[in-house]
Amino acid sequence: MLVKQQEMSCKELVELLTEYLEGKLPPADSLRFDEHLALCEGCRIYLDQMRTAIRTLGSLREESIPLQAKEDLLRVFRTWKT
Amino acid sequence: MNAHSHAAKTTGPQNQGAVPTDIPAVSAEERALIERLRCGDEGAFVRLVSQHHNVLLRVARTFVPDRAVAEEVVQETWLGVLRGLESFEGRCSLKTWIFQILINRARTRGQREARTVPFSALADPELEKAHPAVDPSRFAGPDSDYPDHWSMAPRQWDRTPEQLLLSGECRAHIEQAIAGLPPVQRQVITLRDIQGWDNEEICNTLGISESNCRVLLHRARSRVRQVMEDYLGAKAS
Repeated sequence: MLVKQQEMSCKELVELLTEYLEGKLPPADSLRFDEHLALCEGCRIYLDQMRTAIRTLGSLREESIPLQAKEDLLRVFRTWKT
Repeated sequence: MNAHSHAAKTTGPQNQGAVPTDIPAVSAEERALIERLRCGDEGAFVRLVSQHHNVLLRVARTFVPDRAVAEEVVQETWLGVLRGLESFEGRCSLKTWIFQILINRARTRGQREARTVPFSALADPELEKAHPAVDPSRFAGPDSDYPDHWSMAPRQWDRTPEQLLLSGECRAHIEQAIAGLPPVQRQVITLRDIQGWDNEEICNTLGISESNCRVLLHRARSRVRQVMEDYLGAKAS
């Protein structure tokens, strides 16, 4: 027997967002999530902002390390291997 | 001191319920790298350092408040890695192993300086506190036509992350928000969203369960989104 699930509220949606993005929501909740999203512009914007936040965090990654630190560590490495 | 046996302790009882130690961990690429390191290949070492140094520093800073101390901890970690390399058994990936050494050092250092509480005691209190993703006052109350729906909905941001980060000010706001997070949230969002690790690696390294990891990530991301929204002044009035 199928029980009609209650509609998702915005307040509930924002708490389920990470599980949704991680693909960890149970199918029934995932369906309620998508149904809500289709009808709610505020939540679509919220989701979009969260994706933007995640992308922005990704670009905080620093690739280069300070030359001094690198030289210090190389000295350690040379001592170690001898 | 044998750095590997030291690191291996992180999978012991202090990280209950967390880490499977039998993951098929070391990739062919890592194995080759380890061989080159054992032979004293400087280029291999430089590559390894370049790959991990900054994030080691970021994680170390969640244990010790002082940048200089964090730098020492990372130095000690690299020493520990070199010392332990011969006996590294590959029960976890090289990366996980390096970070386990770091966390052990950082935790010891933090305790010695009596400035931080033991790491294993941190995740739980962070999870206990209720912490809504969005200020509850932005949703309609129970008497409205649409209870718990937006009363102050977010508005579209008109700048992309790239444009946002061109402003050093925005970057500083985000960094500040991360620095203000409780330690384990900070570790999780750093490893996941800044460094792009997958959940399993994070759970193995930090000794937390996947579901706790998700809750901590959710809180940390929600906070960062909020800070960005405040900065962009885009909140509906």
